[in-house]
Amino acid sequence: MEKQASEPVVDRPPVTADSAPQAGAGRFRLPTDALRAYAMVIALIAIWVYFYWTNDVFLDPRNFSNLMRQTAVTGVLAVGMLMVIVTGQIDLSVGSVVGLAGGIAAIAQGWLGWGLAPSIAAGVGVAMAIGCLHGSLVAYANIPAFIVTLGGLLAWRGAIKGMSKGNTIPIELEGFRAIGQSYVAPVVGYAIAAVAVAAIAWLALRRNAARKRYGLKPENPLNLVMRVLGPSVIVVGFIWMLNSYAGVPIPVIILLAVALAGAFITQNTTFGRYLYAIGGNPDAARLSGINIRRHILAVFIIMGALTGVAAIIYTARVGSASPDAGVLLELDAIAACVIGGASLMGGRGTVFGACLGALFMATLDNGMSLNNVQDYIQDIIKGVILVAAVGVDMIGRRSG
Amino acid sequence: MSGSDGPPLLEMLEITKTFPGVRALDGVTFDLSEGEIHALVGENGAGKSTLMKILGGVYPYPEYGGEVRIKGEAHRFANVKDAESAGVAVIFQELSLVKDMTVGENIFLGREPRSYGVIRWSELYSRAQNLLDDLHLPIDPRTPVRNLGIGQQQLVEIAKALATKDTRILVLDEPTAALTDTEVETLYSILAKLRGRRVGMIYISHKLEEVFHLGDRITVLRDGRTVSTHATKDIDKQRVISLMVGREVGQLFPKPEHQPGDVVFEARNITVRDPVVPGKRLVDNVSFKVRRGEVVGIAGLMGAGRSDLLMGVFGAHSGRTSGDLLIEGKPVRVSSPGEAIKNGLGFVTEDRKRYGLVLDQTILNNMTLASLHRLSGRYVTNIDAEASAGEREMRNLRIKAPNVFTAVGTLSGGNQQKVVVAKWLLTQPVVLFLDEPTRGIDIGAKQEIYAQINKLAETGLAIVVVSSELPEVLGLSDRVLVLHEGRLTGEFARAEATPDAVMACATGHSIKLVRD
Repeated sequence: MEKQASEPVVDRPPVTADSAPQAGAGRFRLPTDALRAYAMVIALIAIWVYFYWTNDVFLDPRNFSNLMRQTAVTGVLAVGMLMVIVTGQIDLSVGSVVGLAGGIAAIAQGWLGWGLAPSIAAGVGVAMAIGCLHGSLVAYANIPAFIVTLGGLLAWRGAIKGMSKGNTIPIELEGFRAIGQSYVAPVVGYAIAAVAVAAIAWLALRRNAARKRYGLKPENPLNLVMRVLGPSVIVVGFIWMLNSYAGVPIPVIILLAVALAGAFITQNTTFGRYLYAIGGNPDAARLSGINIRRHILAVFIIMGALTGVAAIIYTARVGSASPDAGVLLELDAIAACVIGGASLMGGRGTVFGACLGALFMATLDNGMSLNNVQDYIQDIIKGVILVAAVGVDMIGRRSG
Repeated sequence: MSGSDGPPLLEMLEITKTFPGVRALDGVTFDLSEGEIHALVGENGAGKSTLMKILGGVYPYPEYGGEVRIKGEAHRFANVKDAESAGVAVIFQELSLVKDMTVGENIFLGREPRSYGVIRWSELYSRAQNLLDDLHLPIDPRTPVRNLGIGQQQLVEIAKALATKDTRILVLDEPTAALTDTEVETLYSILAKLRGRRVGMIYISHKLEEVFHLGDRITVLRDGRTVSTHATKDIDKQRVISLMVGREVGQLFPKPEHQPGDVVFEARNITVRDPVVPGKRLVDNVSFKVRRGEVVGIAGLMGAGRSDLLMGVFGAHSGRTSGDLLIEGKPVRVSSPGEAIKNGLGFVTEDRKRYGLVLDQTILNNMTLASLHRLSGRYVTNIDAEASAGEREMRNLRIKAPNVFTAVGTLSGGNQQKVVVAKWLLTQPVVLFLDEPTRGIDIGAKQEIYAQINKLAETGLAIVVVSSELPEVLGLSDRVLVLHEGRLTGEFARAEATPDAVMACATGHSIKLVRD
């Protein structure tokens, strides 16, 4: 350790991108970055095959629809959590805030007789305000995010227990419940699929044109076709599965919207670029003129807003707000990001990965419940898988 | 000189040490007698610390070549512990105390008196107390180290080195850098006492006053070689200074004559306070000007406050910097790097991995980080605009990489440094600061950076270069400023800036300021 730190920085021979990060033993070398992305998809397919093999109900349209609705809440939280983690922070309070925000929305429509929009606004608004508070304490009072949100985890759970006086509050507004329980008409689903396929093709062509412009080798045509066909088949198959039950569930539509927005923010805005820089090297970011405090505050406000959205979906899906709603959701969201390739050190991770991670976590829940795996064993398995996923990833990085 | 019969206490023979691409030590020979203080001096990077790390077991055999003998017996230390048990204790510049433990715990860290694994606390503290009394240090061994000043911590470090009874060789690397005058006196009396116990001491310092006051002999290292060893009484400071620098400014720096224009940047009375030690000033009331098209070099030894001066001006030491800035004649307020950039300052920071680059990310993302709003778009990024700017810089600076989307962490040091330079050129600065722009890069890349600096000056950019390598400062600059302990001690026009004159100011030996 000491030796390494005290050696002067010396030149290494230049390494080309093609030969850079690799893992493998002896002569068998694989590019780890690509491996990481594919490994996630392969792992997901593997557990799907496993659950389908042990219980053929698993891939029934009905259960598939259910699985996707379960993914929605974790997925929306994971998109927010991804931005928090990329910035090098953490939010442990989202489960409690889901409980509180859902409870407040339920109280507003049930006990206070507010309409749909004001009730939802109350829930989401409270969650955003909490995010703003957490962000201010982290960014401006220099309290570590772990501590601020650990405090939040306790305090906000206490708040909803007190406000609801321990009661479960039913959702009476039909429109509210629809957010969690309804479906869009199959036609709309197919329309979405058509737009998505068009977008995939357009993006692939544009990417290829850009490669040419920057002097990179253009994809060979077969690759290009695969790049368009592969995702398109998945999208159409996905919509078809959902339509063959009752249509695309509204929570899934919300998740898609949130994920697209999240991907755009992280990949195509200056704000997103700064988040990765702050997480990757805070000193370099600061000296490049980036206002680190303001960005951390903003990220927590976004996390708060998305927690509010998740709370509304969750409460609407269950049809009531109980004081212990959302317990442990923060861990699902963090696990989703980490399984999806995000680094808790900051600076690494993608929204797409986080969403796949959320699907992975929801699959475990859904599949094990179908198989009547006992509750405590489910917890143990989820814990082991989380640690193992990161362990495998670290081994890959070290040898690369 | 050894006086007594038998082999000398320590001999280091033909020591060589190579880092990849750099020969840090090249056949250094050094010896030490019992009860002697042998001063080791040299410029930054001359190899002093590397030599002491070999003696202290930090670089184990066979990472170095040559032989270390203690009392005539050859030793090959595998680690620090080995060296310690042979009686060698090294006190490095960076303190190695655990701040949250007490003085006593620190002194006996790793060798606590214990029975059956249980620490005998009373014995530990009474032994610590004896040791501190012995050194006349009025410190309670139960005080947490955190509560001590930096100077007292340094003295505790020495006590720790002496806790092992058989310390025969003590190495002190810049021990007075953080000490107050009274603490320096305490240190001197401790050293005198150790001399009486026949402990041999190697004393590394940039302050020639101290070296001449304490040392029996002085050895000068330069570029990893022993230049000479003299008894202190046979040599004077002037001579030591010329031995330290005695090197021609070679062909490395073909210097075109610049025609400096108007003053574009002026810093007045810049003071930067130490974040840890109250009352201490890292930079003390420094003022300087830079003209359009002029290269101003800042020389000084380690810890002279060169980087802190630039960091302070750039708004990176916000809250502990005072002073005024004028850019193009207008007073500006800079309290954050963001404001500095807006006002036309650019800063190629030292230590590119720590302050300059996000290593995980692409060349392009790193290049555009400080100018994203202007280059790419206020809110939504425009990858085409970024890439065309990035590719232009990549061609201009001749960065060798497959394309701008290559991860910056996979590049060589020289190319990484060019990426940092490109990042700051893209902010279109009026004044560009460069802090150690060529550290740790190969000679070819160095020359390219030099050429680039000259080219930029010709286009009218005002440039400030900080470097630990004296030839580099002298070769690049139209004007040289010298800092010593946070204060401006010298200002030289290019023609007057000889290595000896600059080094004399850098060691605090003389002061030469231009009044206007």
